Amino acid sequence: MQMSGAQMVCEAIIAEGVKTVFGYPGGAIMHVYDEIYKQNGFEHILNRHEQASVHAADGYARATGEVGVAMVTSGPGFTNAVTGLATAYMDSIPLVVISGQVPSQLIGTDGFQEIDAVGISRPCTKHNFLIRSLEELPRVLKEAFYIARSGRPGPVLVDVPKDITVEIGEFKYPDSINIPSYKPTYKGNKRQIEKAVEAIKSAKKPLLYLGGGIVLSNAADLVRELAEKTQIPAVETLMARGVMGAKNPLLLGMLGMHGNYSSNMAMSETDLVISLGARFDDRVTGKLSEFAKYADIIHVDIDAANIGKLVDVDYPIVGDITKVVEAMLPQLDDIDTDRFEAWRNILKRYDELHPQSYVDSDDVIKPQWVIERLGELLGENAIITSDVGQHQMWAAQHYPFDRPRQWINSGGLGTMGFGFPAALGAKRAFPDKTVINITGDGSILMNMQELVTAAEYKIPVINVILNNHFLGMVRQWQTFFYEKRYSETDLSFQPNFKALAEACGGIGYDVSTKEEFDAALKDAIEQDKVCFMNVQTNRFEDVLPMVPSGGALFNMMLPQKIDNSKEVK
Amino acid sequence: MANSINERHVISVIVMNESSVLARVTALFAGRGYNIESLTVAPIPESDMSHITIATNGSSRVMEQITKQLHKLIPVYKVIEHEEMVEKEMVLVKFPIAENLSDISALCAAYNGGIVNVGTEMVIAQVADEPKRIKHFIEASQRYNPCEIVRGGVVAIER
Repeated sequence: MQMSGAQMVCEAIIAEGVKTVFGYPGGAIMHVYDEIYKQNGFEHILNRHEQASVHAADGYARATGEVGVAMVTSGPGFTNAVTGLATAYMDSIPLVVISGQVPSQLIGTDGFQEIDAVGISRPCTKHNFLIRSLEELPRVLKEAFYIARSGRPGPVLVDVPKDITVEIGEFKYPDSINIPSYKPTYKGNKRQIEKAVEAIKSAKKPLLYLGGGIVLSNAADLVRELAEKTQIPAVETLMARGVMGAKNPLLLGMLGMHGNYSSNMAMSETDLVISLGARFDDRVTGKLSEFAKYADIIHVDIDAANIGKLVDVDYPIVGDITKVVEAMLPQLDDIDTDRFEAWRNILKRYDELHPQSYVDSDDVIKPQWVIERLGELLGENAIITSDVGQHQMWAAQHYPFDRPRQWINSGGLGTMGFGFPAALGAKRAFPDKTVINITGDGSILMNMQELVTAAEYKIPVINVILNNHFLGMVRQWQTFFYEKRYSETDLSFQPNFKALAEACGGIGYDVSTKEEFDAALKDAIEQDKVCFMNVQTNRFEDVLPMVPSGGALFNMMLPQKIDNSKEVK
Repeated sequence: MANSINERHVISVIVMNESSVLARVTALFAGRGYNIESLTVAPIPESDMSHITIATNGSSRVMEQITKQLHKLIPVYKVIEHEEMVEKEMVLVKFPIAENLSDISALCAAYNGGIVNVGTEMVIAQVADEPKRIKHFIEASQRYNPCEIVRGGVVAIER
């Protein structure tokens, strides 16, 4: 069929089954937007900043497991999208981002709104393409979607020069793909899996170390089965919250810099780490030489480069978690689960000794209370997104996540401003679920223009701002490590959040008591409109436990057991 | 960390011939802090692929990462970390014609090369040999006051 390059872009998006595209038009991408106007195969959401478009597509992808799509123009449109690409890249999220480019004959001339998009995005995409001719456009679009979702997923950029979007040619969307140089490994090596199973059977203190790869592989049910069958305790990384389910007795909690005591102690004392889809990030391991010092390591990862990158691995298995765990399960029929009972009891004692806790206050709202309350009221029904900082860690520590894809946050890159647009994407994918963005008074301002998007498209996302009038996480480090010199972290000067939300067509709530919080949340859910819930919380609350950067996991600063809300720092 | 000794290694990277593939490979080295000692690229005859030869150095852990990270690049078809290889490098040296040409010629012959061009003021010598011997040749040629030395990168083939 004869059609323009712009039409081909739209046809490919429709052929891939994409229902929602997030984006922002501009000169170089106008022909594509003209075709978007004419078609009705997918909806387009106009964010108010390109960064938000990519985060929204990212939130959509994380909530659904499908490829998210964003569209931006050349030059500044693209550069605004870079943070979104990098965020998705660090967390292995499948995205296809289509960017306009100046006409082919202008490339390299410093044309208006020209920037080397493939050059800039090379280190923050899984792959990228600059379209050279109309003939290659259908194939490249097909490959872009395939590369984004296969193997270790990631964002793919397709940069399309304007002249190619006008040109007319034959369109046939390819049925199959053949990239000789790209063949991801899904099935783990049989012999290696057998050896790993033997190691599990002969271990005394094994530990399941669960990472975000399980979520990406949709393998949570299998991993739960593995844990239950073997009765091996489990720790989750930030990206794996929800994999085991909060009520699962085998789950110790989250490990790492803000992990709970029993999780970090388990990692320090285990004799066999069974790492599934985790990548030994520095925020997880602390001091590497002390990390899992007494353990052999089984490392299952679809990305061979993750294996042996930071720690020496005894049982490397390159493959998809689903495939590898499926292969392991039948070989574990005869496992003696009593074998690990003493180990489980030790860890239980650790948890009783220092449970994940905080001291509540009657005078001021504690941020942890807000998270717990959200958990009580919404539980497994809500999708929780977050920005980056203290509120993110409290959410990860205290919300009872029950299933994967319930928790959406920027783990690898740590992008402030991610939560709100990501929540828009998640809510668009699941309109019947309550979507809460847990955020801070710093982060929310980094993409607050999305109030307008949310109001226009009636995407009722609830932004719970844990307001401590600080860039809280940096402030916490300044308290601990910079002798309380609060350099540029005091956010006492603030917008009127309630009025701000209302000015943009949303609802605002000022909350400073627990009763007000409950009432505001109830109202927000009933109103079904985007809102800012400005919750005044204890100013100097710290995220604890904390392993100081570069320290050993077992050297944790633990929560105080007294009410600290009257403390003046 | 075991095997933290930095050693010289030569790797061959077979890539699909497509735009910016070399940029992807070199950007990976730059971005992840790996060294490139020398680099050569040329198309593989009668195929749609190219052969990149990179001489680098690093510990065995770094070498493993380099190999794996290269392999992750979508247009990279194959990565060979050479162990048993034949390795050659070429050098062109320009000498003033006033120097002792028979000595220069003898020196080049000792390193499997010779004088390949004679002009009115300069002669050009060419030598192709193992990188270590190229280094020796360049040292030995200093006494004939070379005005310009151009070294090619390493090419290698597994034995």
